[in-house]
Amino acid sequence: MTDISQSAAVPGTAPQRPAATLSARLARWLPRLVMAPSFLVVLIGVYLFIAWTLWISLSSSAMLPRYDFVGLEQYVRLWNTPRWHTAVINLFLFTGLFLAVTIALGLLMAILLDQNIRAEGVLRTVYLYPMALSFIVTGTAWKWVLNPELGVEKVVQSWGWDTFAFDWITRPETAIYCVVIAAVWQSTGFAMAIFLAGLRGIDSSIIKAAQIEGASLPRIYASIIVPLLRPAFLSVIVLLSYISIKSFDLVLALTNAGPGGSTEMPSTFMFAYTFQRNQMGVGAASAIMMLMTVAAIIIPYLYSELREDTHGH
Amino acid sequence: MATLDINRVRKAYGNLEVLKEVNISVGDGEFLVLLGPSGCGKSTLLNIIAGLEDITGGEVLIGNRVVNDLPPKDRDIAMVFQSYALYPTMTVRQNIEFGMKIRGIPAEERAKATNAAAEMLQMTGLLDRKPSQLSGGQRQRVAMGRAIVRHPDLFLFDEPLSNLDAKLRVDMRTEIKRLHQRLGTTIVYVTHDQIEAMTLATKVAVMKGGVVQHFGPPQEVYDRPANTYVARFVGSPAMNIIPGWLLASDGVPTVAFDTPQGEAVVRGVPLSAETAHRFAGRDVLVGIRPEHFGLDPSGTVPVGVDVVEPTGPDTLIVFAAGGTEVVARLEPFDAQVGRQERFSVKAEKVVLFDPATETRLD
Ligand SMILES: Nc1ncnc2c1ncn2[C@@H]1O[C@H](COP(=O)(O)OP(=O)(O)OP(=O)(O)O)[C@@H](O)[C@H]1O
Ligand SMILES: [Mg+2]
Repeated sequence: MTDISQSAAVPGTAPQRPAATLSARLARWLPRLVMAPSFLVVLIGVYLFIAWTLWISLSSSAMLPRYDFVGLEQYVRLWNTPRWHTAVINLFLFTGLFLAVTIALGLLMAILLDQNIRAEGVLRTVYLYPMALSFIVTGTAWKWVLNPELGVEKVVQSWGWDTFAFDWITRPETAIYCVVIAAVWQSTGFAMAIFLAGLRGIDSSIIKAAQIEGASLPRIYASIIVPLLRPAFLSVIVLLSYISIKSFDLVLALTNAGPGGSTEMPSTFMFAYTFQRNQMGVGAASAIMMLMTVAAIIIPYLYSELREDTHGH
Repeated sequence: MATLDINRVRKAYGNLEVLKEVNISVGDGEFLVLLGPSGCGKSTLLNIIAGLEDITGGEVLIGNRVVNDLPPKDRDIAMVFQSYALYPTMTVRQNIEFGMKIRGIPAEERAKATNAAAEMLQMTGLLDRKPSQLSGGQRQRVAMGRAIVRHPDLFLFDEPLSNLDAKLRVDMRTEIKRLHQRLGTTIVYVTHDQIEAMTLATKVAVMKGGVVQHFGPPQEVYDRPANTYVARFVGSPAMNIIPGWLLASDGVPTVAFDTPQGEAVVRGVPLSAETAHRFAGRDVLVGIRPEHFGLDPSGTVPVGVDVVEPTGPDTLIVFAAGGTEVVARLEPFDAQVGRQERFSVKAEKVVLFDPATETRLD
C-alpha cells in the first residue's frame, strides 16, 4: 500500500503504473493463453477419443457408430477372430526379436564407439540417420531391398551365385522377420545413442580400478559397466516396446500385412476392421486392448522414473 | 614390498610435455609423497607407475624389475582413487572381493581376508551396504580395504583425502599413517596439501610443471628447500624470501637486508667458504622461516610492526623488509601496531638463494 501511494505521489512515475500492471497481467495470462489451444487439442484429440473408442467398443457398432450398450460382446468376438490371434502372436514375436536384436546391436555399437575410435562424430551421425526417416520411407526402401526380383537376391545372383535365395518377404512363415529387419535397421542407432550416453557418464577411474585388479575387458563390461547401464536399458526397452506396439506404418509400407495376413499386427488389424471391414466395434475393442498393453508398460516406467526424481536425481 | 625407481621418465601428450625427465628412487617400505599444485603431472606420474598410462621415455622399476611393458594387473600394485572408484552396483563386500574373485581365490579365503580388512578399518557393519549408502569417509575406508586385501608390493594413492571435510581428513591421515606402520608396504601418495606431505612422507618429491623441484626427506625439504618455489610451497605461513646482499666475507658469512627502520644484519648463515667468496658483495635472496625470528631487544633486525595476528599458541607479526612483506611467528607478547621492535634471527636456519636462478646456495 505504501508503495502505491508513494509512486502516485511522485510526478512522472504515476503514468507508468497502469502500463506495468497491464504487462504484469499479460505476463500472468500469456502462458495460459498460449497453452490453452494445445491443452484443448490434447483434451479432445486424445482423451475424448479414448473415451469415445471405449464406448464404441462396448456398443454394437459395425459400419457406423451406434450408441447402445452390449457389454463385452465385441471383445468376445475379437478374441474369437483367428486374424487377431495372428496379430497378437506376431506382436510378441516381433517385439521380442526387435528388442533383443536392437538392444544387442545398439549396445555392441555403443561399446565399440566408446573405445575412442576416430571419426566418431561421423559414425554417430550415420548410425542415427535412419531414425530421422519415417517408417513409411524405411518400409518402402526395405520393400525393394528385400524383393527377390529387385534387391539382395537379384544382386547376389547377378554376381554369379545362381542358387542364392533370399525370398523371406514373399513367404508367409518368414515375412514377419523382414519387418523385424527393417525395424532393427531403423532403431539401432537410437538404442546406440542412449547406451553411448550412459557409457560416457561412467567414471573412468572405476574402469581403471578394475583393470588394476586384473579384470579383462569383457569381464569389466559384464560385471561393472552393463549393470551400471540399467537406466539406459530401461529407457530403451520402454521406448522400443512402445514403437513396436504402434508399428503400423512400417508394416503397411513393407508388407501391407501380407502375404495372406501373415504379418498382421494389432495396429493394422485395428485399422482394417474399423475402416475397411465395417466392424467398428471389434476395431475399437482391439484399440482398447492395445491401449491397455501400452499403459501396462508405460505406467510402471513413469512411476519409477518420477519416484527416482523425487529421490533427488 | 618393493623398491621403486623412476629413471628419466618423460610423458608427452602430442606436443604437450607433461613430465620432463623425472628421477625418483625410494627404498622398500618408504612412504613417497608426490606434492605439487594442480596440473603439475602428479596423477600422470602415478598412472605411469600403475601402468594406466604408457610411458614416452625412461623406465619404471618396481622391486628392481622394469615394468614398462607390464600391464597394470601384473605389477602387483593396488590403487586408491580420488573419487574412490567403488563399483556402484556391488555391495561393500562384493567390492572388496571382486579382485580376489578374478584372481581365483576360493570363497572361504576371500571371506576371511574381507573380514580381516573390515575389522582393521572398522567397517564390519558396512559390508552389506551399497556405496551410495555410505558417507565419504566410509567410502574412503572401503577403497582402502579393497587395496589392502590385495597384499600388493606397492600402494598408490591419488589424493585420497581431498573429497573429505577438514576434520575427517585429519582422522583419515592418521589412519593411513597407522596403516603404513602396520603393513610396512611401500606407498606412493599424491597430494597438493603440504601438511599431508610433511606428516606422512618419508620422502617428498615436490613437483612443478612436470619437473621434480626437490626430492628428499620432508625435514630436508622444509629446512633446506632446493629453490624459492619449494621454499614458498612448503610451510604455512610460507618462508620469507627477502632480497638482500652478502657482505664481503670476513670468514663468517653474513647477509644484510633493508628495512624502513634501517639495515638488518644476520651473521653466521650456513654457506660454504667457496660460495661465500663467489657471492661476496653481491645480491642474494635471504630465506627465513617465520618461526626463526625471535623477539630480542638486542636483535639485529629493526622492525616496524604493520599487522598483528594472534593465532592462540603464537602471534604473527607482519612487517616490511627488502621491499616485501615479511611474516614472523613469535610467542604471544604485547604487540602493538606501529611500534618499533627488534628481532633476532636463527642464523643457522637461514637459507640463501641465487637471485638469478632462484636455486639454493650452499
Ligand atoms: N589425456 C590427456 N591429454 C592431454 N593432456 C593431458 C591429459 N591428461 C592430463 N593432461 C595434462 O597433463 C597435465 C598434468 O595432469 P595431471 O592430471 O597429472 O595433473 P595433477 O598434478 O594430477 O593435477 P590435479 O592436482 O589437478 O589432479 C595437465 O596440464 C593436464 O592438462
Ligand atoms: Mg590429479
